[in-house]
Amino acid sequence: MRRSIGKVLRPAARATGPTLIVTYLSLLVLLPIAAILSKSFQNGFGSFWTAVTQPEAVAALKLTLICSLLVAAFNSVAGLVIAWVLVRDDFPGKRVVSAVIDLPFALPTIVAGLTLLSLYGPNSPFGINVADARIGIVFALAFVTLPFSVRSVQPVLAELDRETEDAAASLGASSSVVLRRVILPSVAPAMLAGAGLAFARAIGEFGSVVLISGNLPFKTELASSWIYSLSQSDQLSAAAAVSTVLILIALVVLGAIGIVRRRFNVGEAV
Amino acid sequence: MKSRWRLPLRIVALGYLALLVVIPVGSVFYRAFQHGFIAAWDAVTTPDAVHALWLTLLVVLIAVPLNTVFGVGVSLILARHRFRGAWLLDAFVDLPLAISPVVVGLALVLVYGKTGWFGNWLAGHGIEIIFSFPGIVMASATVALPYVVREVLPVLQEIGTDQEQAATTLGASSFTAFRRITLPSIRRSLAYGVTLTTARVLGEFGAVVVVSGAIAGRTQTLTLFIQDSIDNLNPVGAYAGAVILAILALVVLTVLGADREGRKAKWRSQSDQSPSDSEMPLPSTTSILMSPMDH
Repeated sequence: MRRSIGKVLRPAARATGPTLIVTYLSLLVLLPIAAILSKSFQNGFGSFWTAVTQPEAVAALKLTLICSLLVAAFNSVAGLVIAWVLVRDDFPGKRVVSAVIDLPFALPTIVAGLTLLSLYGPNSPFGINVADARIGIVFALAFVTLPFSVRSVQPVLAELDRETEDAAASLGASSSVVLRRVILPSVAPAMLAGAGLAFARAIGEFGSVVLISGNLPFKTELASSWIYSLSQSDQLSAAAAVSTVLILIALVVLGAIGIVRRRFNVGEAV
Repeated sequence: MKSRWRLPLRIVALGYLALLVVIPVGSVFYRAFQHGFIAAWDAVTTPDAVHALWLTLLVVLIAVPLNTVFGVGVSLILARHRFRGAWLLDAFVDLPLAISPVVVGLALVLVYGKTGWFGNWLAGHGIEIIFSFPGIVMASATVALPYVVREVLPVLQEIGTDQEQAATTLGASSFTAFRRITLPSIRRSLAYGVTLTTARVLGEFGAVVVVSGAIAGRTQTLTLFIQDSIDNLNPVGAYAGAVILAILALVVLTVLGADREGRKAKWRSQSDQSPSDSEMPLPSTTSILMSPMDH
């Protein structure tokens, strides 16, 4: 029989430890999330539906989903190439390259947004100006999601048996056949998981896109920016409604990643 | 794959990294010091900038220890005890990773804001959370909540309780057993989790911008200062502020990199010893979903 949490803890810690932990979690996560859900449906399902189907909300959600999908797809290919180079290739400075891949993790997103703005903004030394344009959003999302795409496939690629590839090649298979028939089937689940993580990250992204997107309604306004502007104009229940949609999408995607991982026995990304 | 693909792929991979990451980050350093070191120094030593830096450090000093204690506590409970709803506790700890930081900020406003659930009670007791320092700390702590747990929990599950039980049998108090047996074996993963937490708190933007009100010289953290500087056409201030955060991020990367190497080395040299976190595989990036830094 399973025991209740109180009985199993040592007497001294019995009361205080778990109580403090549950309180901390409640104050920071449980109550706030409950408040989002309750605020969304405060005036019934009708007002929730109105809030998430008003044109600006629909445009923002659509743009968010399209950009996130695009970036997840593109970066999973780029991630595969980079991971392949890291695993199979050897060149001086490989460790630096490996560190560079983690840089988007460590760099505050507002700094990430600023870096892209400085290089691909109005004063771009290359003459490439993607500020206030949708492609700028894709740049920013590609930056912040890059590590997921690389680190998800890298360990799988590293464990891949090279003899199978060599055997296929020695039997006359071309590089593209080896890639299609040997490498891709093995790394596909990991690529999918990486793409899912990148997508989940991208749909909530705010800091890195806020400077470069310009937040033009119906053009470059993402769901997170829309939620932000609603909250600034005190339309809290509409903001909560759109938030609920984002939360649901993220949970579905993360659930799907869990299923892919279990099904294909892909470990956690390293 | 045939070796003739090696070079083209290397060029594509490195080119992509250069265009997306290396050159942009380098350009921030260039822009910050474009008008000389003095101009950059002046831009980050204005009263507002200095205040923003101190505020950010103060938030780190409060939020990181709180999250560390919480993280170790939750990990101990989840690793050592079976109870109904354990998976729920686990899931809720991870929840901030799946949620946009703007939504986290909004959620806190809905509970602690003027019109929020506790709004009246807080106002009646003269406590201000939203648009004030406690709100910034709470927002930062929330988004960084999962990191310590995600790093420490797998290690605790791995090492079990045999040694700790032996120590208590020999008369050690449970606190002593924790300090002398458990803490040393989770030290490395704890350090990793604390580093990730610190990085995330330092760089948090989305959640903080919603709860803080971003009042210059009062509730403006360093990340908010950067955005404010761009909006107010003070690019040197923004770039100089970004350089400070970028340097801190590079420090974090170095620590994490050294840690990875350390884990690998230890793993090779002591595979015959009792399990400890030195044998853990490299830390997961899933735990960094939504990044250690803010979104």
